[in-house]
Amino acid sequence: MSQHNFQADARKRKRDRADKRFKLYGLAAITFALAFLLFFFVDIIGKGLPAFQQAEIKVTVHYSEATMKNYNNAVDRQYKTLVSKTWLRLVPNQMRDNPELMGTDREEWVLGENRVDQYLKGNEGHRLKSKYQTMINKMQEEGTVRLVFNSGFFSKGDSKLPENAGILASAIGSILVLLLTMLFAVPVGVMTAIYLEEFAPDNKLTQLIEVNINNLAAIPSILYGLLGLAIFINFMGVPRSSALVGGLTLALMTLPVIIIATRAALRAVPDSIREAAYGLGASSLQVVWHHVLPLAMPGILTGSIIGLAQAMGETAPLLIVGMMAYIPEAPGSIFEATTVLPAQIYTWSSESLRAFEERTAAGIMVLLAVLLTLNAVAVKFRNRSENTW
Amino acid sequence: MKKIIMATAALLLGATAAQAGGDQIHIVGSSTVYPFSSYVAEELGATTKFKTPVVESTGSGGGMKLFCAGNGMDTPDITNASRRMKDKEYKQCQENGVKYITEVVVGYDGIALAQSKDTAPMNLTRKQILLAVAAEVPNKEGTALIANPYHFWDEIDASLPHRKITFYGPPTSSGTRDAFEDLTMKAVAKKMDVYTNLYKADQKANKKYKKYHEVRQDGVYVPSGENDNLIVQKLTKDPEALGIFGYSYLTENSDRISAATIAGIAPSPAAVQDGSYKLARSLYFYIKKSHIDKVPGMKEYINLFTSEQMIGDGGACTEIGLIALPEEMRAKYRAQAANLTNLKPEDLKAK
Repeated sequence: MSQHNFQADARKRKRDRADKRFKLYGLAAITFALAFLLFFFVDIIGKGLPAFQQAEIKVTVHYSEATMKNYNNAVDRQYKTLVSKTWLRLVPNQMRDNPELMGTDREEWVLGENRVDQYLKGNEGHRLKSKYQTMINKMQEEGTVRLVFNSGFFSKGDSKLPENAGILASAIGSILVLLLTMLFAVPVGVMTAIYLEEFAPDNKLTQLIEVNINNLAAIPSILYGLLGLAIFINFMGVPRSSALVGGLTLALMTLPVIIIATRAALRAVPDSIREAAYGLGASSLQVVWHHVLPLAMPGILTGSIIGLAQAMGETAPLLIVGMMAYIPEAPGSIFEATTVLPAQIYTWSSESLRAFEERTAAGIMVLLAVLLTLNAVAVKFRNRSENTW
Repeated sequence: MKKIIMATAALLLGATAAQAGGDQIHIVGSSTVYPFSSYVAEELGATTKFKTPVVESTGSGGGMKLFCAGNGMDTPDITNASRRMKDKEYKQCQENGVKYITEVVVGYDGIALAQSKDTAPMNLTRKQILLAVAAEVPNKEGTALIANPYHFWDEIDASLPHRKITFYGPPTSSGTRDAFEDLTMKAVAKKMDVYTNLYKADQKANKKYKKYHEVRQDGVYVPSGENDNLIVQKLTKDPEALGIFGYSYLTENSDRISAATIAGIAPSPAAVQDGSYKLARSLYFYIKKSHIDKVPGMKEYINLFTSEQMIGDGGACTEIGLIALPEEMRAKYRAQAANLTNLKPEDLKAK
């Protein structure tokens, strides 16, 4: 008797140990994943935060005839390399717009050059010549150089000079493209799902379509870019690099995701609701519009938002349709050339000027913030939709 | 929902009716010229009333293909190239109705072989580089070709250090790779009998030996993507390795990497201009003349790009890595751009 119990205990202990180990493996896996995530965030935020500050320099600006002819005369010679060219070259235009400036000298805070900026932020690769380093050090003591919040990062488009580069144009491009994607993908996707789920007969053909839709959700996104190039640009003549072609291409990519999510949401609505509606004499249209669709709506929205968030972070298909380009101006219409946030991040990451490194990280931070917000909205909808029937 | 569907339909109709706009310059082409081209584009957009031209980096070959596709307003107006237009491409252009093209040289681009700053300096000749990266190299007697056996530099030449051969370089799609193959491998191999004799023996089957430029694929040459920043990072981690990239990246990252000298000459603007540094090439752009009067700002863009302010000594483009042409050459191409001189097929044959 006692012998038997002893064996049973040993077995139990062994099982308990295996149980513990199993939990430990799980814990190790999640710690590993979290460590990566943490590393990523620390790295990106550490690199990106400096980009939200920008160096400014206080100089005397000469609004004179000489400046009108050559903008390099706007500041004293020794400051010429310290102030940003992007500001300098606009001085003549500014004088044209404000004739009363002519002949005056004014003290102004102006945009600093990227090397000055990097030097002030303590980046080792600043490449500022030592003669200018001492000059900046002196100016720092005098208080004629400062780091301010980089509002230009949010109010300007792309630029070849990092101090002037911002995400506005690409953010507007992203919004336009996403709106178009939504306009095309959501109605088509939802209608497809309704038809397949509510009306289509269950036969070989619909099964084939279903299998294909599931497969399409998994194919590499770059193929959608090639498809978009062939159909929209070469066949339909949609302008290359435009928001329209980007939106259409991403819509193609998002469609399967939306269809699958919508079908799942529709399937979750119990049949008793449909039967009750039919029992009261409702037509198929009324059953779907008045009962099934409203109940499935939160699920559909969640799926659509996740699909759109995916589209927002996509770059590969857009490369093929020409959106990975230098486009510093925000588009005026959906037919004009546009770039998008992930494309902007990609172009910055391959720039040779060091100051673009922090802009790249800052761009990633903005993109991540938008994606997290979108996902939070999706989660909110999902929580709301946790109906018990 | 109804409204959304209606709006979608309207948009779709609008899309098919709309024509690609001709109110903005569209530039494609080489990723090497891209930084200069887009800088000029930005300056044009910022200082004039014209819209900022769209500059897309498609690679030299990709740019030529788009440029030569036809005269329609949806085709690019200008293409940049890090090499001269090829005969084949010129013919393609002619066949598709792109009859009148103007060629402009804007400056030079040097290729640098660089290594981590902490590594002892290295001096190589172009032949040594060929022997290190070619898939097939001459055997010890120099009579026949064998698969590349070299894994350490001192195996190639006893005067070189006992250092592992590793190259991080651009992939085949890149203009920098083209230039690397042209400037080192082809330039040397076309003068080496062991390669050319094979070609002479059977011109059809051994065409590749005329100007041999096959890179070994046994892991010694590591294609590292178009992103040169990545190569810089790899070099700092692997001090024995050499990286291949554009001159501008070298100056930008001079705190992390240093250049190997080629036949005793370090890459510098002066050495490129006088021709003593051999790993350098010209950068071009090609203008579609039929678009000049149709796209606003074309002339202004061309004038700005060829101005001293941009490509002269100390000009804006030279500040971001372009190596300026000698002064008389600049004047020549400035005139050529202003007069929109036609490119003739004979020009492409002359070297």
